[in-house]
Amino acid sequence: MKARVHVTLKAGVLDPQGKAIRHSLGSLGFDGVEKVRQGKYIELDLAETDKDKAMAAVDEMCRKLLANTVIENYSIELD
Amino acid sequence: MKSAVIVFPASNCDRDMAVALEKIFGEKPAMVWHGEATIPDVDFIALPGGFSYGDYLRSGAMAARSPVMAEVIKRANDGVSVFGVCNGFQVLTESGLLPGALMRNAGLKFICKDAYLKVENNQTRFTNKYEAGEVVRYPVAHHDGNYFADADTLKALEENNQVVYRYVDAEGNATPEANINGSQNNIAGIINKAGNVLGMMPHPERLIEHDLGGDDGRALFESAIAALANA
Repeated sequence: MKARVHVTLKAGVLDPQGKAIRHSLGSLGFDGVEKVRQGKYIELDLAETDKDKAMAAVDEMCRKLLANTVIENYSIELD
Repeated sequence: MKSAVIVFPASNCDRDMAVALEKIFGEKPAMVWHGEATIPDVDFIALPGGFSYGDYLRSGAMAARSPVMAEVIKRANDGVSVFGVCNGFQVLTESGLLPGALMRNAGLKFICKDAYLKVENNQTRFTNKYEAGEVVRYPVAHHDGNYFADADTLKALEENNQVVYRYVDAEGNATPEANINGSQNNIAGIINKAGNVLGMMPHPERLIEHDLGGDDGRALFESAIAALANA
């Protein structure tokens, strides 16, 4: 089973890298970008075949390592 | 005074820290590799600056889950002094020993220069040899030193006097210009509620003798000796 994890900064946490990306897009002529927030995408191949068990395991992985819940949110998709 | 320096793959201020500890504490520190599950019986554990595990994922994230950190957390909970500098501070926040997180500098650039800091709390086991409100100059060298915590955490840190160091100008004013990396409330260093775990981005261990350009950092280690003698 494949798990796809998106890790994003929480609302209200300053994202200087996102701001720099927006600035660079502006200098390339992409004027309509009002805001950029940068995050991470992590793909996991799991031996687990039970969806509930896989979800519980990946959720624990996110809380313990993949995301820092002080500053980041995460979402998990399984397929 | 017996001490230990934890060494992670890519730590690069571990030897600076060891020299400072040996000179001031009078005994060579034990150098403890990240894979060790035990730490000798010591009074002071230092987490040095540099990098750790390539700082993959987030600075300090992997190091915080290394075998030796389980033991550091245990010792911290037993009341042993734990001092994290730079990457060591990042490891302390990632491990949960200190609240908040250290994000990319607001200006996005690596900052390598001396910074003025105000000793906001000199009633700690790490700062009792400084005057209250004393302005000191320590070197800084980091890319991810932008301190962030949610509003409730910040309020608690301020109310409990857990903000030990703040970025200031030469006159001691915590201005936006003096806030080199965009940290909330100009925070440069914080201590845990129990008062035995200090984390800070600047490097006092790099400035312990006149021949190296100053000794503003020396009193931090002398404070630890005084605190142990009075314990």
